[in-house]
Amino acid sequence: MTEQLLEIKDLYVGYKTYRGTSRVLDSVHLTVNAGEKVGIIGESGCGKTTTMKTILRILPTNAVIQKGEIRFRGKNVLRMGKNELNELRRKHIAMIFQDPTAALNPVFKIETQLIDIIKSSGEHESEKMEEFKARCMSLLKEVALPDPERVLDSYPFQLSGGMRQRVCIAMALATPRYLLIADEPTTNLDVTIQDQILRLIKDIVEKRRLSVILISHALGAVKGFVDKVYVMYAGNIVEVADTEELFSNPMHPYTKGLLDSTPKLTGGGFSEGIRGRVPDYVNPPTGCRFHPRCDYILGKCKKEKPPFINVEGDHGVACWLYYKK
Amino acid sequence: MVMGKAENILVVKNLKKYFKTTFGTVKAVDNISFNVKFGETFGLVGESGSGKSTTGYLITGIYTPTSGKILFKGQDISVHTLKRPKNMKKDMSIVFQDPASSLNPTKTVKDIVGLPLKVHGLANNSSELTEKVAQLLEAVELPPERFMDRRPRDLGGGEKQAVAIARAIATSPSFVVLDEPTSALDVSVQAKIIKILMKLQQKLKMSYLFITHDLSLMRNVASRVAIMYLGKIYEYAPARLFFHNPLHPYTKMLLSSVPVLTDEEEALKPKDVKSMGEVSSAINPPMGCRFHPRCPFATKICKIKEPGFALMEPGHYVACHLYTKKR
Repeated sequence: MTEQLLEIKDLYVGYKTYRGTSRVLDSVHLTVNAGEKVGIIGESGCGKTTTMKTILRILPTNAVIQKGEIRFRGKNVLRMGKNELNELRRKHIAMIFQDPTAALNPVFKIETQLIDIIKSSGEHESEKMEEFKARCMSLLKEVALPDPERVLDSYPFQLSGGMRQRVCIAMALATPRYLLIADEPTTNLDVTIQDQILRLIKDIVEKRRLSVILISHALGAVKGFVDKVYVMYAGNIVEVADTEELFSNPMHPYTKGLLDSTPKLTGGGFSEGIRGRVPDYVNPPTGCRFHPRCDYILGKCKKEKPPFINVEGDHGVACWLYYKK
Repeated sequence: MVMGKAENILVVKNLKKYFKTTFGTVKAVDNISFNVKFGETFGLVGESGSGKSTTGYLITGIYTPTSGKILFKGQDISVHTLKRPKNMKKDMSIVFQDPASSLNPTKTVKDIVGLPLKVHGLANNSSELTEKVAQLLEAVELPPERFMDRRPRDLGGGEKQAVAIARAIATSPSFVVLDEPTSALDVSVQAKIIKILMKLQQKLKMSYLFITHDLSLMRNVASRVAIMYLGKIYEYAPARLFFHNPLHPYTKMLLSSVPVLTDEEEALKPKDVKSMGEVSSAINPPMGCRFHPRCPFATKICKIKEPGFALMEPGHYVACHLYTKKR
């Protein structure tokens, strides 16, 4: 049952800038099993999107993959050639982006863009227009778009934000058979639409038995969706646990800080937040990258990077506070 | 329902703002009334396009109302800001959603925070100006010596918003409109900005109109809450009643969509309404109750007649036929 689908080991990625190399990812490791729903949480600028873009190898040109391994179904993605990569992107892994307006081409109708994707997947049986149209219709129906015929005949600007995101989901579903990466899929949407979209993605993923990685900084959205949560800070995975365990028993000071600063519907106020901000990656802090913002700092934290250890069962954390136990 | 009593710093009466576009008239704010009491935080929630920011802009005079009245400390101010007396403008300010675009990128923090002081003649010479800016920066927890001469591009999102807040309180106003002041920020930073805002409110005895789409945040900051949908207010209540006994189906739908972390929060979410449909166009809003196309309880009357307000409990008003029928 627990067949490993994706494994990231010791990944280092940097960006070349005029000030020097910005060392963003600093030993990231992550596993996704077949059929598993995984969440990644963390502030903006923590390297969540960089990690996902590395999986698909769609990083900008100034990015450098310094070290590491990404195994997808046993094959190392970092060593794949162009053809293999294209096949990976077309058939196996799909990504839903944060901003559906930017993800769709503004000058083509939805129909043209959807058919393009179906064609490039090489899954179609014939070149007949009717067949393509039928596929499009069934995809749009799967994402619960009302009036799919009108949508097919529309340009992106004629649709609302929620509808555009549904179209993007339909595109992502046109092919992948293993993994769906949803990078903040609801950040630009209203709460009521966010709720609908998340329910939709969850339904489809479960129906098709896909694995999914959901990135978000809305902690509540992640909690209601995934089986396992990774907490990311400044290019490190600082904590991982099953969803229930992580939210009821957070260990890393950063995770605690995030949870405490989230306002609750029940009222009663919230903490002062986490002081400072995400570090500069050209000159990241020595030792634990969180130490300048941490309230529980030990002497060691400034000098040595904490190793990632399993504390209880599958609950892992990278923090010196838990090292002795 | 709303009276111009002396306990209110701001009274909004039958306020309307229509925008003419090539596709028709957008009724961004359509006949809303509410009041803000001295020293309280009045919350305005709603989704994008509900007219909550337009309301904030009308109050601060960025837009001129199509009709209706805005009374500030008893004085009618339903005109554009250019026509308002200067000492009144001093008494009211606004913090915008996106600090990256509300701060002039070419100016230093000192210029930005010092401008309102100069305009209103609150600093006689440059050393007094520097001193006052330093005090303001300290009030928003930015060490003046480090921030005074920096420019917006050198600041993080939270720091930028803190500068925008310092600018807003520079003239010691008694009323501030906060238009989604933290929605562009991460939660850890949001918490800090909110704490600063709450402290300042206590210290300077300010009243806030707090505009946000984030209900969890609203629960923690507002004393009274009004909910807007397509330019109209549909329910308003003291914050506790609003969250513990939501009545309007739209309020329930919004609450049921909020992603939450704890079981206690989950228990607060209404179970009888699930989010469906999308906000209708503001150009041709639905007849009758504007929420009826998305409402699971909609009946014939909802499509024809606009619901009036009914008082359900002390201070708790709702505009919905479900409740007016019973009386």
